[in-house]
Amino acid sequence: MALIPLLGLNSYLMHILILVVMWSVIGMAWNLLGGYCGQVSFGHAAFFGVGAYTSGMLYSKLGISGWWGVPASIVVVTLFALVIGYVCLRLRGPYFALATLAIGVILRIVAENLVNVTGGDLGIMIRERSWVGKTRYYYIILAISALSFLLVKKIIDSKLGYYFVAIREDQDAAESLGINTTLYKTIALCLSAVITGFAGAFYTNYMGYIDPKVVFALHDISIITIMVVMVGGVATFSGPIVGAIIMVILAEAIRSLPIIGTAHHTFFGILLIIIIIFLPNGIVGDFSKLKKLVGRSRRPA
Amino acid sequence: MTAVQTEVLLQTLISGILLGGLYALIGIGMTIIMGVMKIINLAHGELMMVGMYIAYVLYAYFHIDPYLSILIAAPALFLLGMALQKYLINPVVKVDSILPENQVILTVGIGMVLANLATIIFKSDYLQTPVSYGTKAWYLSDLWKQAPIELSLSFPWSVSFVVALLITACLWFFLAKTDMGKSIRATAQDKDAALLMGVNVGRMRVITFGLGSALVGSAGCLFIPIYYIYPDIGGQFTLIAFVITILGGLGSTVGAIIGGLILGLFESLTATYIGMGWAPVGRFVIFVAVLIFIPGGVASLLKSRKFGK
Repeated sequence: MALIPLLGLNSYLMHILILVVMWSVIGMAWNLLGGYCGQVSFGHAAFFGVGAYTSGMLYSKLGISGWWGVPASIVVVTLFALVIGYVCLRLRGPYFALATLAIGVILRIVAENLVNVTGGDLGIMIRERSWVGKTRYYYIILAISALSFLLVKKIIDSKLGYYFVAIREDQDAAESLGINTTLYKTIALCLSAVITGFAGAFYTNYMGYIDPKVVFALHDISIITIMVVMVGGVATFSGPIVGAIIMVILAEAIRSLPIIGTAHHTFFGILLIIIIIFLPNGIVGDFSKLKKLVGRSRRPA
Repeated sequence: MTAVQTEVLLQTLISGILLGGLYALIGIGMTIIMGVMKIINLAHGELMMVGMYIAYVLYAYFHIDPYLSILIAAPALFLLGMALQKYLINPVVKVDSILPENQVILTVGIGMVLANLATIIFKSDYLQTPVSYGTKAWYLSDLWKQAPIELSLSFPWSVSFVVALLITACLWFFLAKTDMGKSIRATAQDKDAALLMGVNVGRMRVITFGLGSALVGSAGCLFIPIYYIYPDIGGQFTLIAFVITILGGLGSTVGAIIGGLILGLFESLTATYIGMGWAPVGRFVIFVAVLIFIPGGVASLLKSRKFGK
């Protein structure tokens, strides 16, 4: 992966590559909370957006480089995650999902209306771009991605990971075994939020422009995050990476088609429906099932 | 309080109640689906959007009044809802997966497809049905000449409110008095017990989803004379319906009516006294407050009053 820029790809292909890596980071973050701990969030755009705005506001209000937003987002996003967790984690299953969805929408509306703080609908523009070429951006997001991957793997292989899975499988049983479910769910949420916030802070510096409708988007961030993990594989290490590759390439391919370009949500929706009905654990999670399906269709009837 | 302030307050309360009546209808549709199937239908607002577009097409091409188009939109949505439940949602119930929230995510997929198809067919333009009575209103000074304050009651808002009440009354009659309504309530209460009593639970689920869709579709027809439509309008109404259901108590019809009225009043007050853009935030402040202070919603308050300690 680290050698890819040496191939001398043009800047469009590098852009796609950067997006793939960025989405795999968000997917891994979501997978930690949703896939392993079983807390399905429909509002990861909230953390992405808070990370992005931390970076953007450090630049627009304090006049320092937006890259400081990456470390700063750890503190800011954790604080947000603690508050959100305090409200939402008392809910279970679909109710948690919808509460987080509402939180994402609230933050978007707040960001749109607090014009003095966030710049409102005009968004924040970073005028001095750090670099013209994309190679350095690629290495930065690749480093974030590698760190997130190692972090998630380390956590899931540790005792903490077993607690998470126990909570997912049966929260009451986990509690009766002496697991402080509220504490561990909050830990999962904070870790997931911080990793997502990294991606958000990177996004601000990479794209150079953010506005509330883009970074707090329900469909284009929160739902795509879920799709990345669902398509790739829930509760697998490589699932989010596979999902990110498929989703980003698919999105770019459909958008570039002339007539059906506006229909990309329809394709995503249908893909989501097909995946849920036929491969509910994603491509990596249901790989054996997928192989059997393909094998069966190849064999002559 | 000066006369002007009283006037503003009363006017705000009136529009809040009118809005609340319509919200209640949207909320009831979601709450009966939630009661019977135990899933949250995140395509609810999109189904309403479909109802609104049906009303728009009927008005634009066949000159049918939006209120009359309920008679066409509601059955159409009923069939659409039944088909969605039978061919998409039911198969997922049987599939074994790590995450039980798959059904909810599935309804998100359905909503995305519906909203995007609407964008393709109707473009992203804001559309309206400019009915002749759109700006008609009754004024307090017409009835009472020496009235110290001036209040107005918009004609289409009032008609929509009354029709919403009528539909709610019909639904109450259906659920309380007919055999099928009783079967639906039995399924909501205890699926297994209902099955043992000879209720066709599978069929009740399909019918309930159709019924919920028809209700929200007719709410769409009631909204269109006073509102405008665009393809992405559904999302905000899904959230409104969800907030009402949480506020009212999950699966409680009476709770949904009260929840709708509270939300309508609260939004109207926020819009008047804080600012138009903040009305949606007020909605979610209620939502979060309910989750923290009365997690069972209004229904749990009613219950504890009824049965004492």
